[in-house]
Amino acid sequence: MKLEVKNLEKKFKDFTAVNNINFCIEEGQTLGVLGPNGCGKTTTIGMLLGLIKPSSGKILINEENFENLNREKILSKFNFASPYVELPKKLTVKENLEIYGRLYGVKDLAKRIQEISSDLNLRFFLNKKTGELSSGQKNRVSLAKSLINNPRILFLDEPTASLDPDIGDFVRKYIEEYKSKNKISILLASHNMKEVERLCDQVIMMKEGKIVDRGTCQSLIDKHGRNNLEDTFLKLARNKNELE
Amino acid sequence: MNWNKVYGLSLRHFYLIKSSFPRILDLIYWPSIQIFLWGFISKFFTLSSSYYNNTVGVILSAAILYDFLFRSSISYNMMFLEEIWSRNFTNLFISPIKIKEIIAALTLTAIVRTLIGMVPAALIAIPLFGVSIFKIGLPLITLLLSLYIFGITLGLLVTSGLIRFGPSFENIAWASLFFLAPLGCIYYPIEILPEWLQIIAKILPLVHIFEEMRNILINDIISYTQIFLAIAISIFYFILGVAVFYISYAGAKIRGTLINVGE
Repeated sequence: MKLEVKNLEKKFKDFTAVNNINFCIEEGQTLGVLGPNGCGKTTTIGMLLGLIKPSSGKILINEENFENLNREKILSKFNFASPYVELPKKLTVKENLEIYGRLYGVKDLAKRIQEISSDLNLRFFLNKKTGELSSGQKNRVSLAKSLINNPRILFLDEPTASLDPDIGDFVRKYIEEYKSKNKISILLASHNMKEVERLCDQVIMMKEGKIVDRGTCQSLIDKHGRNNLEDTFLKLARNKNELE
Repeated sequence: MNWNKVYGLSLRHFYLIKSSFPRILDLIYWPSIQIFLWGFISKFFTLSSSYYNNTVGVILSAAILYDFLFRSSISYNMMFLEEIWSRNFTNLFISPIKIKEIIAALTLTAIVRTLIGMVPAALIAIPLFGVSIFKIGLPLITLLLSLYIFGITLGLLVTSGLIRFGPSFENIAWASLFFLAPLGCIYYPIEILPEWLQIIAKILPLVHIFEEMRNILINDIISYTQIFLAIAISIFYFILGVAVFYISYAGAKIRGTLINVGE
């Protein structure tokens, strides 16, 4: 599934949160969205998920305008995971997966829950309350929820934030394998530059609602004469005049 | 309407109730306390008031019906607030569920929560105070239906406020029913109100419901016109509540408040 954004803009009264941005995620590609806090990443994801109405511009799914498509049909092909959005804590992992499986209209749900819990090593705490899990376990449950419907486009907001290196590596490896096996498109917002370098085919850098640069990780590093993506990020974030 | 999704969302609330004994206790505790309190007050009134001397339990019946309304509305609000408190709001609103399916799930689940609290309370009143709400007979079903529709309408209006203004609107959720209680003529006849307030009171279904309840219990007369009016007014407000909810949802998408709810 291809996702394209054309001249997308979001204004909140006098404040422009997202300012005329354009990008495209081809099928099977991962696009990294980088930028300092408050640069418009969350607002952009919110618009793509249908939570925020754009002020202007278009979101195209396989060349068709999101606004003209059936909202439920499209959302059934999307999913989202973020450590800042949680699942009901009093419910067990299995109950949460069952509920979201039903909301996403997953067929043969019991099999899908078994499959995904096996892949993400959730089997031993499937019947445990979600609120009683460690952050690493919660993170994997959140990822399981985001994959329960076999999404064609996956939105990940800092998927490995607050995870120890071992679990962080497990999650990254799993996303890599899942993507190559299922040919899904991913939009990844992250502050972990090593993660972005490892997972993303293309990167856009945002600042004050605008895209200030884009390219592959290596092309950006070379273009700005830095040794790694983190230094490139710092250069772009701190340079007041840097605009695409 | 996809009923599998409605069932899925309802399951979320059933699992929540099932998993927590204190939660079940809380649902039963408050209505039962109300019964005890109003049971003793009504016992005192029946001994001291000529208005009620032939009709034991009018006040207690009113208390039970009012609590039914209160619990319906609060149940609706609580289920919505649970999504905010658990920071699950975004997950819910990005899932492929229609607004009408969310409303249907909350409406159907609210009745279960309400009945968990109200059935034991209504049954307690029989041996303790010799008052049975079931004496109202078949019209009880229509009165409860009307109260329920109006209760979830208030719930819808409060949840619309939560979507529009965020969790800070929570206090209004708790206070919402008390705004209307004085106009509802729950424990007193409408004639007590000043004339200008009577006009306002009559555009609410509560007056018609509680006047009819007293009519049945005191005069043993059933006015189907009054019952029909109560249901019709409740349905009118329900439709209005649904419209307000849709408008709030559309407004929240423009203001971007949906993404920050719970944070």
